[in-house]
Amino acid sequence: MSILITQFFNGLSLGSVMLLIALGLAITFGLMGVINMAHGELIMVGAYMTYVIQQMFAKYLPSSIDYYYFLAIPVAFFVSAFIGWGLEKWLIQYLYHRPLDSLLATWGVSLILQQIARSIFGAPNVAVLPPSWLEGGVNFAGIVFPYKRLFILLFVLVCMLILYFYLNKTPAGRRMRAVTLNRDMASCLGISSRKVDAYAFAIGSGFAGLAGCALTLLGPIGPTIGTYYIVDAFMVVILGGVGKLIGTIFGAFGIGLVSTLTEYSTSTTMAKVVIFAMIIAFLQWKPSGLVSVKTRSLD
Amino acid sequence: MKNKTWLYWLFFLALFTAPFYLTEFRLSLLGKFLCFAIIAVGISLIWGYTGILSLGHGVYFGLGAYCMAMYLKLEDSRGHLPDFMEWSGVEKLPWFWKPFENPLFAIFSAIIIPVLLAAFLSYFTFKNRIKGVYFSLLSQAVVVVFVTLFIGKQEWTGGTNGLTNFSTVFGFSLSSPLTQIVIYLLTVLLLCFIFIFSRWLTRSRFGRVLIAIRDSENRVRFLGFNTTTYKVFVYSLSAAFAGLAGVMFVLQVGLISPAMMGIIPSIEMVLWVAVGGRNSLIGAIIGAIATNSAKSFFSENYPDIWLLFLGGLFISIVMFLPNGLAGLYESFVQRKGRRERRKNEAGSHVSRSVS
Repeated sequence: MSILITQFFNGLSLGSVMLLIALGLAITFGLMGVINMAHGELIMVGAYMTYVIQQMFAKYLPSSIDYYYFLAIPVAFFVSAFIGWGLEKWLIQYLYHRPLDSLLATWGVSLILQQIARSIFGAPNVAVLPPSWLEGGVNFAGIVFPYKRLFILLFVLVCMLILYFYLNKTPAGRRMRAVTLNRDMASCLGISSRKVDAYAFAIGSGFAGLAGCALTLLGPIGPTIGTYYIVDAFMVVILGGVGKLIGTIFGAFGIGLVSTLTEYSTSTTMAKVVIFAMIIAFLQWKPSGLVSVKTRSLD
Repeated sequence: MKNKTWLYWLFFLALFTAPFYLTEFRLSLLGKFLCFAIIAVGISLIWGYTGILSLGHGVYFGLGAYCMAMYLKLEDSRGHLPDFMEWSGVEKLPWFWKPFENPLFAIFSAIIIPVLLAAFLSYFTFKNRIKGVYFSLLSQAVVVVFVTLFIGKQEWTGGTNGLTNFSTVFGFSLSSPLTQIVIYLLTVLLLCFIFIFSRWLTRSRFGRVLIAIRDSENRVRFLGFNTTTYKVFVYSLSAAFAGLAGVMFVLQVGLISPAMMGIIPSIEMVLWVAVGGRNSLIGAIIGAIATNSAKSFFSENYPDIWLLFLGGLFISIVMFLPNGLAGLYESFVQRKGRRERRKNEAGSHVSRSVS
């Protein structure tokens, strides 16, 4: 029983990490239909920003080092969002009608960002020391739930709520959804779709930065950390379906739970194979993912 | 038009006679690039002609290479267990390694295994009308799955090191220059054959349907074509090319490892075609040779800059040269033609006004 609970918790935890990574993608890919292969590198930027903030605190404010994380979160968000904004302005804007080409171009961006990170921070991984108040865990019925994992769960929950609120309750979010549903009609009604695109892309990239910030709690970070997560994150969005956030949530926790359970009963490598086979099998049943927006358009 | 065919022949003639004017080292590099060119032709068929962007061709290439490497490894160990199996404590040759003692079976499966995998993947996605970027991402996931599988099953595949240390093929020593030249010539011959076949294919009725699918798949479907069959066929065909390229690659390089079939090599394959021109078969071949020459030049001289250069190349090709080098050539020819026409028109105008 306790093993089952542990596995369930691990799955939930993995799912929350996946969800955090996929949230940004759910906006840029799910809502805007742009494949941003550099998304993984925006995660890396967020992670390295956390590292930089921590180093700065260690140097100038050693007394309050425990609280560096609260500064790292907004910094990671805004730096990644800024890079994403620039990316949209100078590159992706010209490729909206050529999705396959935007995939290749953003892959190029990801290679460049990786190389820049390598020349600034060096090729080996660096470790970010988590704040001391995240050490240890809750002991419940003989099972230890680490604080870090619980914190990430909470973090994801907060991010989800903010995003939900933004998309559904604010005028800016409503405009974004309008452009998603019907770009031409939205422009006719006076929404500047150029502006909305730029905002949406910046926000999606900012969420990548937040994911990077959270990933520093789980292990060392390196220039290629993004590549490691990006494929899984895209699988989450494909499985979850495009256009609705709820699908992404289901997709992330579904993949997280299934993969920890298969990992437990077989091995890590087999789990990858099983997950992929299951995604293909699932798409046979629902080709457009778990939750999809109903539409009559053909393409 | 006639002029162009003549250029093709010259190009292949230059490749065939390369052993006479290239050093052994350069020849082996060129041989490697020609294997890549074979993959590039396949990618041009599916991407440039049919509009399917596959990020998974590293797997097909890798599977072909591994099939051949298994045979080479067994021939090298002469009835004993391959060395890496002994190291990981395997006592008996696994059953699926057994048939690879036969070289013909190895070459056959180097084609058929990638084809089966490609047909499986493409049938189950195209049947459900999953296309475009979704297919690209799924094919990339296939790469991740296979790379983790090959690294994880170290006792069967040699893990991260892959398969290496081969000595002979069909009893001929792999290290002798003559064998290498014969293998090189075989590679050129294969490339030539694949090029001619693909050119014939794209100019046939079948090729027209492929282009129609690229431009408007739904319209083709409304006209009564079963687009899934066409797409599955052409995708599997390009996987077969990649598998064959893997066979020739492993014979020349003597090494195959999971790193050569990973995400980055797979997407680099697409770049070769993008550089050369996705709509042009000969462009794809030239793109593969040019990009890889640039790569070996940069990684010999400035290893740090290579990734920056590669990234910049991706961006600039997509932004400024979507049709690659071939497109550049075409527009040059067109511009020249237009200028000549204008000159003639101007001349006739003048003469008319005089009379």
